[in-house]
Amino acid sequence: MMTNPTGRITQGQFSFLPELTDDEITAQVEYGLKKGYAWSVEYTDDPHPRNTFWEMFGMPMFDLQDPAGVMMELQACRKTFPSHYIRLMAFDNTRGIESIAMSFIVNRPASEPGFSLVRQESNGRTMRYTVHSYATDAPEARRY
Amino acid sequence: MATSLYNIAGSVAASAAGPEAPVPPMPRTIAEVLAQSQVEAVMDELERDLVGLAPVKQRIRDIAALLVIDKLRLGLGLQSGSGQDKPSLHMSFTGNPGTGKTTVAMRMAQILHRLGYVRKGHLVAVTRDDLVGQYIGHTAPKTKEVLKKAMGGVLFIDEAYYLYRPENERDYGQEAIEILLQVMENQRDDLVVILAGYKDRMDTFFKSNPGMSSRIAHHLDFPDYAEGELMQIAERMIAAMNYRFGDGTRDAFAEYLRLRVRQPHFANARSVRNALDRMRLRQASRLFAEPDRVLVADDLTTLTPADILASRLFAAAP
Repeated sequence: MMTNPTGRITQGQFSFLPELTDDEITAQVEYGLKKGYAWSVEYTDDPHPRNTFWEMFGMPMFDLQDPAGVMMELQACRKTFPSHYIRLMAFDNTRGIESIAMSFIVNRPASEPGFSLVRQESNGRTMRYTVHSYATDAPEARRY
Repeated sequence: MATSLYNIAGSVAASAAGPEAPVPPMPRTIAEVLAQSQVEAVMDELERDLVGLAPVKQRIRDIAALLVIDKLRLGLGLQSGSGQDKPSLHMSFTGNPGTGKTTVAMRMAQILHRLGYVRKGHLVAVTRDDLVGQYIGHTAPKTKEVLKKAMGGVLFIDEAYYLYRPENERDYGQEAIEILLQVMENQRDDLVVILAGYKDRMDTFFKSNPGMSSRIAHHLDFPDYAEGELMQIAERMIAAMNYRFGDGTRDAFAEYLRLRVRQPHFANARSVRNALDRMRLRQASRLFAEPDRVLVADDLTTLTPADILASRLFAAAP
């Protein structure tokens, strides 16, 4: 109730908006390519907000001119992992930046159970809190 | 999946053009289409810049005409804007060495872009090494990476017959060919593939890969240049390098070409370029031999008959 009011996780850009259509994704990719970013596709089935270790789907795509290549890779990833979280990331290799400039989710499971708040009593009256994803109760590859 | 991909891409291209230029009204005459695109400028440039190659130019003109008519059909609703009706423009260029296959391919990307067939109009030139890997599982990602880079433009595969090596049954070339075929078929609207190679070897290649042959709509054969055309090419080359033929050099060079054409390993325009480069070397040595002479621009740009008559071809001739 407190962690997941809309029933969908909100990570990266555009995550409070309705799902992007392929059309809109293409437009975003085009924008990134114009800026000289290298796009890559990543997926995961662990939606924890602090999970930074998403799996790469193929190599990052450098030297692309047209979004069709990125979209081709995205479709391939959706076909392979239809109910995983998939995100597109744009890497900006400008000297001094050299990091991810854009990142947004483009595929998510049909139902997202969200997170529970785990309380742990500690020394004295100290209370420690942990965000725990219901999805990760199931073993990997059986989560969604 | 491929169709929906095209729809996306097409609509984005249209909307991207939106803010910069107001969308012109649907054209109704050929003149209107020509005014909106730069087809004529492209054709004129082609005519001006490339010597000879009549059949190639004719085919490019045909393609241009088809794309113009398609635009008119689109205006009347006889054509859906999606990739379904787009003509397949994959091509194969065959011909002897130095007949301009690579040069035309470079141009082709630009031409198709101006005709509005490809979205970006860049050219990615690759050979076997860029497509085929060395180990199992290495080829598919490599080929796909190249294909992704070429999307929105033209993929030019030089010496394409090397892709298929029948003598080695464990060769990974076949894998690259299969991925190529798949993308050529499903994503026609995203890229144009041009295969180039020598005629006889390409024929063998197509014979052993009938799928490849049938997916290529345009088989263009580049004819050898006539001697007059070679002379024209030579003149354009030296003009571009800021040289000129002195008195009698033109005749001497024509004579050289006449002898050279009959020699083995004659590579058309490439041989002309090599001959010109050797003339420049001889001119340089000739000038170098007179260290005290004051050299004016004329000396530095003029190629004399002696520069070409020193060729070993004339020594051998009776």
